[in-house]
Amino acid sequence: MSSVESSSARATGTYPVKRGLAEMLKGGVIMDVVNSEQAKIAEDAGACAVMALERVPADIRRDGGVARMSDPDMIDAIKASVSIPVMAKVRIGHFVEAQILEALGVDFIDESEVLTPADEAHHIDKFKFTVPFVCGATNLGEALRRISEGACMIRSKGEAGTGNIVEAVRHLRSIIGDMRKITQADSAELFDWAKKLQAPLPLVQEIAETGWLPVPMFCAGGIATPADAALAMQLGAEAVFVGSGIFKSDEPAPRAKAIVEATTHFRDAHILAKVSRGLGTPMTGIGMDEINQRYADRGW
Amino acid sequence: MLVGVLALQGAFAAHQRALAECGVLTRQVRVSADLDGIDALVMPGGESTTMSHLLTTSGLFDPLAERIRDGLAVFGTCAGMILLAREVLDGRPDQRSLAAIDITVRRNGYGRQVDSFEADITIDSLAAPFHAVFIRAPKVERIGPAVQVIAAHDDVPVFAREGRVFVASFHPELTPDPRLHSLFLQEV
Repeated sequence: MSSVESSSARATGTYPVKRGLAEMLKGGVIMDVVNSEQAKIAEDAGACAVMALERVPADIRRDGGVARMSDPDMIDAIKASVSIPVMAKVRIGHFVEAQILEALGVDFIDESEVLTPADEAHHIDKFKFTVPFVCGATNLGEALRRISEGACMIRSKGEAGTGNIVEAVRHLRSIIGDMRKITQADSAELFDWAKKLQAPLPLVQEIAETGWLPVPMFCAGGIATPADAALAMQLGAEAVFVGSGIFKSDEPAPRAKAIVEATTHFRDAHILAKVSRGLGTPMTGIGMDEINQRYADRGW
Repeated sequence: MLVGVLALQGAFAAHQRALAECGVLTRQVRVSADLDGIDALVMPGGESTTMSHLLTTSGLFDPLAERIRDGLAVFGTCAGMILLAREVLDGRPDQRSLAAIDITVRRNGYGRQVDSFEADITIDSLAAPFHAVFIRAPKVERIGPAVQVIAAHDDVPVFAREGRVFVASFHPELTPDPRLHSLFLQEV
């Protein structure tokens, strides 16, 4: 087919290859879906990926019990119904669930506090996997510990299943605020930062130099409107995850489209005003004082 | 020189970094007014179905197609290559492409993320091989007579041009090596 010189060696599952997919998802919306119909609605609306799970966080919160990795049949059905990347969740520390998802060929694994933790001290050693991982964080120390375990993407945790953006804002401001301070610190102060954050010194030194995490940082937990998505982006998130916010609203399809447009045009208030019209009722949402289990506290 | 970078979704920031290293100014392009005054455009990797959808909703598709017809220099990587291809296989039925280069590409032709890979490729005009990262990459399955293949991997074209339209199925913006961006800018 071609007359130019052609090599054939290749390496899979390397850090640049895993981190590369996170880079490709920037500026996009990753939507939680529980079946093929929802996955198609998400893809039609312009989602850059879907997260396949059995119950959205709002239902996990309502039903209680132990939340686990989804049924492989359900994940296969969603993979077959869309052409965009498919992510799926495993319990914190449950490396066998992760082995299973990798065998199923999912594109990204979320080691997620929304599911019931399997290990109360250890997260998964994510370097052992070909598939990339995303992990949640409430502060910079947690983000850097996850990166030191091999996470290729960080998402601020927020409080999943609440439709309330306040926790996501708190986490984004905490992570980004500390990064700003570190860029102002002198080299001797970085040792103290590493100690305070309980994070590896080389990663702290890297932030001092670059001003940002070595992997992309997205926002999750509590996004229910186009304005919420744009708020997360203006605060510095590089993309958004929307869980219950779409399929727990009155009209998921137009809301999904509107959130996609709001994430792209996040600084253009005229476009945000236009896409915020006529979306029906958003998910009801709950206040932080009304919940008894904070998922964001899970993770060590 | 002002180079636009399509910023609807995807790895546009990484392209801006690479272009800045080549010493040119960049501008993020999200709506048609952003096309005014740019000398070239880079279309990044990301999700092609998302970008196709947003090209339509933002009203950018037709003005961009016109600028390309009028000779705007364009470099599309991965999803950007899909958006520039004449024919797209395994796309969504409503997926639109700008048909600016006479090739047929298959979306995710190299497989899912677990099959994504990195490899060295050889480019005649460059002294040392270029290290290329392929992420859920599109595979070129046909090239038209006017298309010049600049590099191939495993006998499949991975970097090609037709006139002022350049496409790569991999991501030169993901490696700290701006040689391909320079090569494109020389042609602008």
